[in-house]
Amino acid sequence: MAYNGVMPSARSRAMVREARHLLFTVAPGAIWIVIFLVLPGAYLMGVAFMTNGPYGLPEMPLSLASFERLAGFGFLGWSPGNLYTLLRSLWQTAVSTGLVVLVAYPIAYYITTCREKWRPIMLLLVVVPSWTNQVIRTFGWMNLLAPGTPLSGLAEGLGLIAPNMGLYPSNFAVTLGLVYNFLPFMVLPLYAAFEKLDTAQVEAAQDLFASPVRAFWHAVFPQTLPGLLAGIVLVAIPAFGMYVIPELLGGGKGMMLGNLVATQFSGGANWPLGAAGAILMLIATFIGLFAMRRIGKRLGGGEEVVI
Amino acid sequence: MNETITADAAAARPRADGAEQGATSRQASAIEMQGLHKRFGRDTVALDGVDLTIEAGEFFTLLGPSGCGKTTLLRILAGLEDADDGRLAIGGRDITEVPPHRRSVNTVFQSYALFPHLSVRENLAFGLKMRGMAAAGRHAKVDEIADFIKLGDLVDRRVDQLSGGQRQRIALARALVCEPDVLLLDEPLSALDAGLRSQLQVELLRVQKRLGMTFVFVTHDQQEAMVMSDRIAVLNGGVIQQVGPPRAVYEHPVNAFVARFMGHDNLYSVTGRQGSRLATALGELIIAEAGEGELLLIRPETLDLLPGEVAGNNHLPAVVAERLYRGSHAEYRLEVGDTTLQATLNNRGRHLPEVGDRVTVTVAPHDLVTLSE
Repeated sequence: MAYNGVMPSARSRAMVREARHLLFTVAPGAIWIVIFLVLPGAYLMGVAFMTNGPYGLPEMPLSLASFERLAGFGFLGWSPGNLYTLLRSLWQTAVSTGLVVLVAYPIAYYITTCREKWRPIMLLLVVVPSWTNQVIRTFGWMNLLAPGTPLSGLAEGLGLIAPNMGLYPSNFAVTLGLVYNFLPFMVLPLYAAFEKLDTAQVEAAQDLFASPVRAFWHAVFPQTLPGLLAGIVLVAIPAFGMYVIPELLGGGKGMMLGNLVATQFSGGANWPLGAAGAILMLIATFIGLFAMRRIGKRLGGGEEVVI
Repeated sequence: MNETITADAAAARPRADGAEQGATSRQASAIEMQGLHKRFGRDTVALDGVDLTIEAGEFFTLLGPSGCGKTTLLRILAGLEDADDGRLAIGGRDITEVPPHRRSVNTVFQSYALFPHLSVRENLAFGLKMRGMAAAGRHAKVDEIADFIKLGDLVDRRVDQLSGGQRQRIALARALVCEPDVLLLDEPLSALDAGLRSQLQVELLRVQKRLGMTFVFVTHDQQEAMVMSDRIAVLNGGVIQQVGPPRAVYEHPVNAFVARFMGHDNLYSVTGRQGSRLATALGELIIAEAGEGELLLIRPETLDLLPGEVAGNNHLPAVVAERLYRGSHAEYRLEVGDTTLQATLNNRGRHLPEVGDRVTVTVAPHDLVTLSE
């Protein structure tokens, strides 16, 4: 009887100790996430469903007005401006991510073929530019692409742009800025994938009757896929929400979703609309992530590609 | 467990025989190498003029220490490395300029180089797929080779679920399924532990005999080379030192390098000679065939030990300095005057002298060999 009475209390004491242990280890992270992610997110969500006040601040009552405006319905009927901004954001993200892949792939491969002592230095060279403030680097591109500069002169000479227009501001300048800015985020995961690859496998593929191109496609490419997908996520998500680069290099016709949102919280002053734009970005990002996971699972032969 | 294995083996037999016939009906191919040179960078000479003919259907081993050029030679055969100079022909066809994917040569790599993103079945089918065989044909071929190598249910596993020995067999099957003219094996057993290694040596040898395929095997292990090979080529510094059957290379090495690499320590300089009498640090010895060589090789297993001092030709007085008892035999370090001599004695219920015993070493004249430095 005494035995039965003592045991549960001993066990419950152990459980209390464990629960306390769990609380101390998990709580700091959980509190951090609640304060800096969950609460602001909930606040943003609330603001998005409120009415725009006379000074651009959210007011009651709740309404869907912001989402209607986001979809293009204004006082003057429907206009495609916001839709264009969304499509432009998607397009810029897709094009620049694609270009980053094309540029980063050979760079990452080349670094793995270098002598071991040079590799960290090569990687450093790829990463170093991102240690400078993004705004400063973007100003650098403004100076390189402005009308009258050698690059603009060359583009004019080749008939790619109208005389005295310069390469900046333009959508092209935004794409270039995005590719330049996000290159390290693609090179690093791809390099990690290439480095894990046993070069004997490439030789084995050739030994088993694969031409160099097919050896790449069947033996190398599938193994770099996890790195590639990780790189795409690291590039595409921030590129989609990019604010600085389109702001500085895009001009009026290069605006992306990030700029639309930012404007609503500053000059344009319409917090509910800005919040609705931010939620739209969030949803689009989640759809993109979900699609990447599906692709990763499919191409990874059922193996989970961690994103 | 045992029952299922026997059942598997029985089921495999008719098909395996089919594979055997299919493979033997192909003409096994001879390899001819002429004046192959290869250097890396400015200073490293990997191959310095290799002339070698490997017969069709032979189990041929390239043996040597690391850096002797054996792997480079194998890679040139595979087409993974280009020779700087020289010609290479397989089955009478010059393939010096042919890229690896157009050569009917397959390799078992030292690291196995299995594709981790593919299943075992896809690994096995890789070569067939690259050669454009249809999926149904590939499936049948893979089943056939899996039966032949007795892979059992490994075919449906993932590569990372396999042990070292299993990977080795998959790597072998992946190369064999392509039915190449020549199979190249780059130290395929070096990553395995001793027990598994000797088991797979026997298995590999049986596969080669059944298929009658030309195997070129690279190893640095002279025991392995002797067990497996029809002929051995010993390489050093990018030059072939000796080519011959295992017994010839072991019992009649042509120079000190080959002798030492085959595990011989009893080498003594010949300081004078008169007919069949050789003067050495051990004393005077009579040799059956007095060659030109300035070194005398005495194989430890040809020596016999008599208790006490016994006079006679090729009888050397010695003291036992060390004895390593190994069960089936005992290894002795003997002191003959100031010189050391190694001897191995079979443990056939005889008297095994102890450390400190005075003994007489005897050797038959026909067991002595001279060789050059």
